Amino acid sequence: MSRRRQQHAAPHRSGLPGALVPLAVVGILFLLLPLLGLLVRAPWRTLGDELFNNEGLTALRLSLECASLATILCALVGVPLAWLIARGRFRGKGLLRALVIVPLVLPPVVGGVALFTAFGRRGIVGSHLYDAFGIALPFTTSAVVVAEAFVAMPFLVIAVEGALRGVDARLDEAAATLGASRWYTFRRVTLPLVAPGLAAGAVLCWARALGEFGATITFAGNFPGTTRTMPVEVYITLQQDPTAAIALSLLLLLVSVAVLAGLRERWLTTPG
Amino acid sequence: MADDPGVTGLQARILLHRGSLAVDLRLDVAPGETVVLLGPNGAGKSTTLRVLAGLLGCQEGLIRLDDEVLEDTGSGRFVAPQDRAVGVVFQDYLLFPHLSVRENVAFGLRARGVERSVARERADRWLARVGLSSYAARRPRQLSGGQAQRVALARALASQPRLLLLDEPLAALDAGTRLDVRAELRRHLRGFEGASVVVTHDMLDAMVLADRLVVIEEGTVVQSGSPRDVATMPRTDYVARLVGLNLLRGRAVGARVDVDEGVTLSVAGPAEGAVMVAFPPTAVSLHRSRPETSARNCWAGQVASVDMHGDTVRVTLSGPIPVIADVTPLAVADLGLRPGAPVWASVKALQTSVYPV
Repeated sequence: MSRRRQQHAAPHRSGLPGALVPLAVVGILFLLLPLLGLLVRAPWRTLGDELFNNEGLTALRLSLECASLATILCALVGVPLAWLIARGRFRGKGLLRALVIVPLVLPPVVGGVALFTAFGRRGIVGSHLYDAFGIALPFTTSAVVVAEAFVAMPFLVIAVEGALRGVDARLDEAAATLGASRWYTFRRVTLPLVAPGLAAGAVLCWARALGEFGATITFAGNFPGTTRTMPVEVYITLQQDPTAAIALSLLLLLVSVAVLAGLRERWLTTPG
Repeated sequence: MADDPGVTGLQARILLHRGSLAVDLRLDVAPGETVVLLGPNGAGKSTTLRVLAGLLGCQEGLIRLDDEVLEDTGSGRFVAPQDRAVGVVFQDYLLFPHLSVRENVAFGLRARGVERSVARERADRWLARVGLSSYAARRPRQLSGGQAQRVALARALASQPRLLLLDEPLAALDAGTRLDVRAELRRHLRGFEGASVVVTHDMLDAMVLADRLVVIEEGTVVQSGSPRDVATMPRTDYVARLVGLNLLRGRAVGARVDVDEGVTLSVAGPAEGAVMVAFPPTAVSLHRSRPETSARNCWAGQVASVDMHGDTVRVTLSGPIPVIADVTPLAVADLGLRPGAPVWASVKALQTSVYPV
């Protein structure tokens, strides 16, 4: 960090190649214009009606619920996983870390297909679930949650792992000499100290889950009321009523901006 | 309390290899006694402390605290750190940054299932004892180094350990606060009924805090005794340097000691056999040529370095008998003492102390 700052302060900063500036401007426009397009083409006058029709509201509620459930699921298994990666001493730790990151680089559609092969009615786990309990996961609201959790978990794990690395592991030893069991230490020392990182990771995870499209539509399908989340709704609506799609997109954009603002606030106020 | 047959203090026999360090030592501490482990960095002091706390297992060993065996490699018994009646004050205190000072002190009690209100009340009593009542609601980062150390001490003592371990408890403090905190720490250690082990590499800390000093070098005990004995009769060059004495080895016949390098010294008292001779730098006189007054107790050397040391000048001599001498600035000018200069040294017999190896 300080090195980077020094580089900024270096005198040959002014020697930035002039050819880079126009390209950077192209980059900025590339990011900005689509957002601008949304704002310009948004049906501002009829926005209320477009948004709060029944289908839009249903999709929004489903999205919010599923993203929240997926985030809770991710936190439940992701925090212990992050702890294992940050504090564990075992062979294949690097491999485990890579495994956690796979959903980040995997095309979401492939994630959806992969979920099918595992938890589908004929999947390697799903077939047993179906035979034993009659449970079929695909095309249910639960499938939405699973798909979103699969794709969004890396954000949470990476954030919590980073936070754990920043916590002095010797505090665990101090707690142990005071008579604290490992579980008590985890609850009273480790978890509170990684709480800011966990919160940031959870927000990122939630935002990613909220926007999930590929894995969701592949694994959970597109049934209004049960699996048709906002992104899917936007996609479907776009084919029939582009203006309504823009209105819905605007809503999602608003949520994203709110997340960004919230995170910035948190990162600024997190004690070092 | 000391009359209770179950309260016997700490008996530890520790053997372990860790990287290039091999620790092999015995350590017994009576109830109410404060033993200071003194030694250079990397001597195995902190490792020993970690073994006693249960944060590190040893390859071979038997650790007994009062009537309880904490570790016995023979039977495979190992009591986990959280189940030992051992309190630790860590070098940088390791206070929990997210908890208030009061919650830090109450932590051990809460962890052992004491009810919140009771734990807080006891924590407040401990904070009063270390004079930090008004800081109970603060966070650790709002404390000075000396205050943090007192909180760490209160936190360790609040769970009523029978063994208290302190790892360089004063090392993180600046010289000004160190004096006060050291005196206060001594007061608390005197008031503690269990056994205490303090690790330090600072001689003054050791002198003030110790009932008994145990000097460790390279994982083994090289000297053990009262601070006074160690300070007057150092047994290794490291200890001699720490207490500011010159240390020579030789063979005594009556009141004469043949120092290894072929020089014979007259000494204060009669002795026989292999001995050590210790004397302060002020007992050494320096001369331009061989002094005529006494034929003995003098040898030729070379000035290795000249430094100011308080209001005297400390001269380090190299040669067959390397010693340090404290002389006046005037002597430096008169004798032309500068690195490389040849010089004669003599030592006053009356200021030497001689003791068997």
